[in-house]
Amino acid sequence: MSKLLIEGVSRTFAGVRGGLPVKALMPIDLAVAANDFITILGPSGCGKSTLLRIVAGLEAPSEGRVLLDGKAVTRPGPDRGMVFQSYTLFPWLTVAENIAFGLRERGMAPKELDDIVASYVDLVGLKGFENHWPKQLSGGMQQRTAIARALANDPEILLLDEPFGALDNQTRGLMQELLLGIWERRKKTVLFVTHDIEEAIFMASRVIVMTARPGSIKSDVAIDLPHPRHYTLKTSPEFSALKARLTEDIRVEAMRTAQARPAEA
Amino acid sequence: MRPLHPVSPGLRTVLGISFFVLFIAFWAWITLGGHVNRIFLADPLSMLRDGWRLLVEDRFWLDILITIWRVFGGFVMASVVAVPIGIAMGAWKPVEAFLEPFVSFARYLPASAFIPLLILWAGIGELEKLLVIFVGSVFQIILIVAVKVGSTRRDLVEAAYTLGSTNNGIVKRVIMPANAPEIAETLRLVLGWAWTYVIVAELIGSSSGIGYMIINSQSRLATGQIIFGIIVIGLIGLLSDFAFKALNRLLFPWSLA
Repeated sequence: MSKLLIEGVSRTFAGVRGGLPVKALMPIDLAVAANDFITILGPSGCGKSTLLRIVAGLEAPSEGRVLLDGKAVTRPGPDRGMVFQSYTLFPWLTVAENIAFGLRERGMAPKELDDIVASYVDLVGLKGFENHWPKQLSGGMQQRTAIARALANDPEILLLDEPFGALDNQTRGLMQELLLGIWERRKKTVLFVTHDIEEAIFMASRVIVMTARPGSIKSDVAIDLPHPRHYTLKTSPEFSALKARLTEDIRVEAMRTAQARPAEA
Repeated sequence: MRPLHPVSPGLRTVLGISFFVLFIAFWAWITLGGHVNRIFLADPLSMLRDGWRLLVEDRFWLDILITIWRVFGGFVMASVVAVPIGIAMGAWKPVEAFLEPFVSFARYLPASAFIPLLILWAGIGELEKLLVIFVGSVFQIILIVAVKVGSTRRDLVEAAYTLGSTNNGIVKRVIMPANAPEIAETLRLVLGWAWTYVIVAELIGSSSGIGYMIINSQSRLATGQIIFGIIVIGLIGLLSDFAFKALNRLLFPWSLA
């Protein structure tokens, strides 16, 4: 059975000031197997973040439904951990307290909680920074904490909405390796939204390419590159071939978006 | 001068003090130099002399203490009532829809105009003074707190939901801590206004306090005493402001880190 099932999910936003309603997502069907790392790749504004937010339960679909382990998603919950593009650490909590947040909400005993928090601090390489406030951390460290915070809750699926989008290129590369390393060791079902083609290929066992708005699935590409993956993989011929193919797919969609803009305005 | 260019700490202090010096020098020049009638404006030296006599002979420090007690008493009453209401309004939109129009209206009712009514209800004792400050502060605090709470970062709320928070958990463990420094800052601001209300309350139907001393001095044309009283209020305000800021820094180190 699939871990996650997206069945005919679409989203239409009501028209603004008497305007026509805007269709953000065409009906989407997607089945995600357990422990798969899926990246959703699409041009900006294609509705890929909307799709992820619907899976998270932060937005309701206009039609269709999302099933996690056979149960319909109606609201956000701890079984779907999320990492956002914006820095969403709680600024009044330290790194350790941020990571403990979900466990505290669940009412876990402090003894057990401390061990789990320590192990996740270690996992994302933030030892020595447990008692720092988020403001004292770099963007990369904040996102590492956010990943640890989501994972510490042991969610059924991890949702990431362009988590490295605001980071510089070098940090972004390191973060990709870190997250992929965690996934290779711990196995988790992951849905990762990005507009970066390299990132989409490097991380994924399967890339879903979306069309320009209204978003729908354009192609579904299995990435059979071996694990564990090393950053040098990005310069291999197999990688380049995949990149060439997806670049072509995305380019067409990006051009459609660019041409659609004046008409929308 | 380059716009927005920062000034060094040393120069900042020098510039800040020099205005006080200029101000007092101007005051001394027009009074001691005989440019204004001494009946209407005392010079700085006689102001200090009058102030000293007030403190030593007339036990003015008792008036100062009673005024401080009134400000803080009324202010604490207003805060205890207003902060929870403000948080509730900011967090739950039906509560806001229910209360906001009335509070917005009540905010413009001048506290000083309530004094005759409050005297009828509560007499001219301490309760009446506290109520003037309460009426003057409570609606202001409610509205500002409600606006701050209403603009809580939505992404933090969403993050908390995906970590398993319940609706009540969001209010207690996201909305309240996220806005605590801003609420404390609001209280600091309103405390400043409370000092205005207390003096007005003491000008009418009172037999003690700084405001009473001021109105009493007016009938004797003791402008030195009046100015001394005003300066004392300014100094206490400044001190309580510093104390409040220091307390906020102590309570919310994360917002300044």
